[in-house]
Amino acid sequence: MTRTRKIENACLTAITMAAAVLWIFPLYWALVTSLRSEDHVVSRNAGLLPDQFNLSAYIDAIFNTQLVTWYINSIVTALIITLLVIVSGMMCAYALSQMRFPGRRLLYVVVLASFMVPSQALVVTQFILMDQLDLIDSWAGIILPQLIVPVVIIVYKQFFDAVPGEMREAVVLDGGGDYTLLFRVYLPLNRGITTALAIITFIMAWNQFFWPFLVVNSEAMMTIPVGITQVNDAFGVRYARLMAVALLAAMPVALAYLIFQRRVTEAVMISSGVKG
Amino acid sequence: MTMIHNRRRHYLVAASLVAPFMVILALVFLYPAIRMVALSFTNGPLIGAGDWVGLDNYRRLLSDNLFYTSLKNNGYFIVLTVLPTTLLALAIALMINRLSGRLQATMLALFFLPYILPVSVVTQIWSWMLDFQFGIVQPLLAFITGKPIPVFRNPHWVMPMVALVTIWWTNGFNVLLFIAGLRNIPVDLFEAASLDGASRRQKFCRITWPLLWPVTALVLTLQLILQLKIFDQVYLMSQGGPFNSSYVLLLMVYREAFQLNNGGYASAVALVLFVLIMVVSVLQFQLLRLGGGKR
Repeated sequence: MTRTRKIENACLTAITMAAAVLWIFPLYWALVTSLRSEDHVVSRNAGLLPDQFNLSAYIDAIFNTQLVTWYINSIVTALIITLLVIVSGMMCAYALSQMRFPGRRLLYVVVLASFMVPSQALVVTQFILMDQLDLIDSWAGIILPQLIVPVVIIVYKQFFDAVPGEMREAVVLDGGGDYTLLFRVYLPLNRGITTALAIITFIMAWNQFFWPFLVVNSEAMMTIPVGITQVNDAFGVRYARLMAVALLAAMPVALAYLIFQRRVTEAVMISSGVKG
Repeated sequence: MTMIHNRRRHYLVAASLVAPFMVILALVFLYPAIRMVALSFTNGPLIGAGDWVGLDNYRRLLSDNLFYTSLKNNGYFIVLTVLPTTLLALAIALMINRLSGRLQATMLALFFLPYILPVSVVTQIWSWMLDFQFGIVQPLLAFITGKPIPVFRNPHWVMPMVALVTIWWTNGFNVLLFIAGLRNIPVDLFEAASLDGASRRQKFCRITWPLLWPVTALVLTLQLILQLKIFDQVYLMSQGGPFNSSYVLLLMVYREAFQLNNGGYASAVALVLFVLIMVVSVLQFQLLRLGGGKR
């Protein structure tokens, strides 16, 4: 490598790092703000560097808002959604991939079509349906419309299609049925993709704003993303607490991402069809 | 006899496997979709019965200025986000792709992290960043324009700022798709080009760009569909204002249905949005299939 090439490369790397630092700055700034006292946040001599380690905003956020309740609502609904989406998705995908029955192709077309349906445009009548079922302002009301994640079926089907046929034979000879095949052969073989899909479904459910915002009307039933928008209104603007609340709301998904980084990126790539 | 019996059992097992998904799909997608069409021909409130009014809602829609404002703002927002985010993501992906190992993973994580945040966290952080009195960005705005600007209360600034926040939030996803696309390009192509003495630029124009085109098309169309459905950021940062300068279609659906109690009219607006997005989705599907066929 020539010398100019080396300098060029070093410059490009430096630019990349500078851009990344700039990109993450809003999160850094939220963190710095949340660790200051409310007075210091708005004072003239507060600089860009972290200069306080004041946890009062966090304590205030946890004890003087309904943050814990919203956490519980979010964790419960997101976990149930993830479980049901993965189980119903893998079952449907298995039937579409490995079984022959009349209407199979039509069902697959229905799955593909539902993939394109913008659920946001259906909220008016989904709301009416939830009212008829008496599910407004309930966990079930939050959960039900979020159970349709067709991409899970599409990805599972691809992976089940790729399982070699010989894997079936031993089980079939032992007289095992399709449920045995699914849970004893196809699922264990695709454990990696199950983890990846589950993590991304959980993150999506946790982050969902529009539907929970519509179907919930009491503060006690709100999920985290909806609840944190209330903190502002009730007490006037307190910036340090606002940032503490925002960071606490983002923490579970941020941690899930940082821990399962490779799985998350893999899942995003596979479910958008660029790799798999 | 046993053959027929076995086959029937096979079908029953298949039905039981597809049933959970299909039943929920019928309940929360199919039924509301049919209901939406029916409701759009009535003057019903959100909850309760209304009278059949034929095409009245659609006639009203065609003479509703707010509808055209929303349509225009949706279009403006698409212009502000789709192409810029695609180009930016491509540039970032190219920069990250040259790095390796730990450094690459760290850089990717920094650019991707905002994407996994809930929308309200994003809007709260940016509302603070852009706060008129104490926002950290205001000195910069003051330096450029001469005075601090209340960006979400200024009709000229509101949409570009919402677009900026949206790009910051969602760009990581596009970066990831481009990186996946770049990794799918066989390395020996670059090695062969290097042996032939190709420059960096030649390699990009002759190898990277053509082979990356399918991913670019995917990113562009995904963004187009996503940005047509914008609601959250606008609602949380500007409520459609000031002077309806950030009013968008989904916000109109929300207002009419949940604040003005016009279930019928809201359904008509929602149906128009629904059809619009479905048309773009089908076009995308066809485009990507054609692209995939060529590969």
